[in-house]
Amino acid sequence: MAEQLLEVRNLKVSFRTEDGVVRAVDGVSFTVSEGETLGIVGESGSGKSVTMMSVMRLIIDPNATFEGEVIYKGRDLMSLNQAELRQVRGSEIAMIFQDPMTSLNPVYRVGWQISEQIRAHERVSKQAARARAIELLQAVGIPHPAERVDDFPHQFSGGMRQRVMIAMALSCSPSLLIADEPTTALDVTIQAQILELIRKLKDEFGSAVVLITHDMGVVADVADRVAVMYAGRIVEMGSKHDVFYDAEHPYTWGLLGSIARIDRPKPRRLTTIRGLPPSLINLPPGCAFGPRCPQRFEMCDQVPELAPRAAFDHTDACHLDPTIKRNRRDRTIHPELVEGTNEQSA
Amino acid sequence: MLIFIVRRTLWTVLVLFTISVLVFVIFFKTPGVDPARAIAGRNPSPKVMAEIRHQFGLDRPFPVQYGLMMKKIFITHDLVSYSNQGTKVIPEIGAAAPATLSLVFGAAIIWVVMAILMGVAAAVLRGTVLDPILMIIALIGISMPVFWLGEVVNLVTQSRLHHTFLFSWVPPLGYTPFTQSPVLWFKGLIFPWITLSILYIGFYARVLRANLLEIQNEDYIRTARAKGLTERRVLFRHTLRNSMITFVSLFGLDFGVLVGGGALLTEVVFAIHGVGFLTYQSLTNLDLPVIMATVIYGAFFIVLANTLVDIAYAGLDPRVRPA
Repeated sequence: MAEQLLEVRNLKVSFRTEDGVVRAVDGVSFTVSEGETLGIVGESGSGKSVTMMSVMRLIIDPNATFEGEVIYKGRDLMSLNQAELRQVRGSEIAMIFQDPMTSLNPVYRVGWQISEQIRAHERVSKQAARARAIELLQAVGIPHPAERVDDFPHQFSGGMRQRVMIAMALSCSPSLLIADEPTTALDVTIQAQILELIRKLKDEFGSAVVLITHDMGVVADVADRVAVMYAGRIVEMGSKHDVFYDAEHPYTWGLLGSIARIDRPKPRRLTTIRGLPPSLINLPPGCAFGPRCPQRFEMCDQVPELAPRAAFDHTDACHLDPTIKRNRRDRTIHPELVEGTNEQSA
Repeated sequence: MLIFIVRRTLWTVLVLFTISVLVFVIFFKTPGVDPARAIAGRNPSPKVMAEIRHQFGLDRPFPVQYGLMMKKIFITHDLVSYSNQGTKVIPEIGAAAPATLSLVFGAAIIWVVMAILMGVAAAVLRGTVLDPILMIIALIGISMPVFWLGEVVNLVTQSRLHHTFLFSWVPPLGYTPFTQSPVLWFKGLIFPWITLSILYIGFYARVLRANLLEIQNEDYIRTARAKGLTERRVLFRHTLRNSMITFVSLFGLDFGVLVGGGALLTEVVFAIHGVGFLTYQSLTNLDLPVIMATVIYGAFFIVLANTLVDIAYAGLDPRVRPA
């Protein structure tokens, strides 16, 4: 097993609000090895962004409380002071955000913004930092980087701005790159380019990547391992192959079933997950997915542990017996396919 | 840039023309207002009235009257006051301008520095008890009318506590030109500066705080933190820098209004014979030529300030710069 770069242990993040305590992240544990790509999937409000923002300690809401440990290269990030934290941020762990249109400061030239990060971590001259910024812009595929370095963010398109963000994130060769829905705000064609770019640069810079997304297609494209989050908890985690071809949790089945696939017979309609995600203030007792789960049975009144049930590196949080799951799964994910085979065999 | 300047100049001319016509119509052509009567004094005979009308050109057609007035203001500079005959209006304004500029510049420095300090402090101390305290102080500052505050300041510094060591150095009311005695200039203006700036400090501190808090939630501030910058750098180079776009636009306009004679109440209370004081006097005497001249002077500075704000805005916010 590769060395653990990042280990999050039982992370809990809650926000005090007027309506009560919102448990945005409720006991999340996972690891990221050096050089690997972990995809975190889940719908809006499942806590995926809050988890990674907490790792960077970017949540400065005074109403937020944090519990748990975030071990990065043997140090607990949760206990670092501001000065130590600054040395990690941007230099060791870098982050790309969802909306490239608003993630860059509108009043500074992009080259200045990249140089600023370089100079925050390394003692280099302005000229040297600028030269690096131009190289980085070149590396992320911005045409005429020597001229574009002096342009302002509003002079770039959304995809180009995300490239600038990536250039900035990689400027100090971080060991870990957190990409928080990096393609959500972009056109589909640009999405593919940006994902390809992240993949290419990840190999070039040797960074591990945590990719947050709600798009199963994006995960299928770039991730090595996948964690599925629901209502502030990880409900299933394993290699991409395991999660996509041997999904254990009914929520994952729902996610997989809701993808329109062109390599399969066309279903009459896509599977949907009925109901809405629960309020994080009053989580249902037991399994949080229970109220929406078609497979619900008595045991679901108890909170299921995230445990290896199918294979040792494939964990899930569902009480169902793995063999029962296998029978029910295909019916949820692609019912047409199952019916089709039945007809043929009959 | 050249096109910008030309367009702005034409714009200025248009605004000044419109304002001058409006003011002229209001003061000279409003039914019941007769400038000749104001000049003539009490119970003039019809013959005297006719003479005055002729002498001041008030018997000429309206556009000619307007044209004559504009010629006297802009070209020959020999517009004469009605109530204080013999006084030429344009040199009078020219003589009053340094007092107004001294007052407004000094106050502006105090108000910008203090407003930034208070606004930033309140935004940084948000969530502590100091934030609401600072904002209440700001609100009190906004709520105090300048003529009242000025009188209170005068009462304290000129009368009640004048004999104590605290305020014995305060010179009598009035304005001493800088060229005459820089020390007296400063001593005489320090309280007018503070009085005038208090309203603006309160207002600008509140606006800045709200703006800073808004910008703190912007994505690019999160980016700045994620880059590993110091909190100080995030605050000053990223948050405050973007707040300045709003701050400077507001400042330019208020500053223009004040230079244009808007500090009238402060000037009157502290007996500073600036343009505002002149306006005040001309209004109480209904001295139409002076009113005309000061209004045009004020309008000019407001339009000028607007232009400067637009230039500063383009400097501060690259998004509005012409490509």
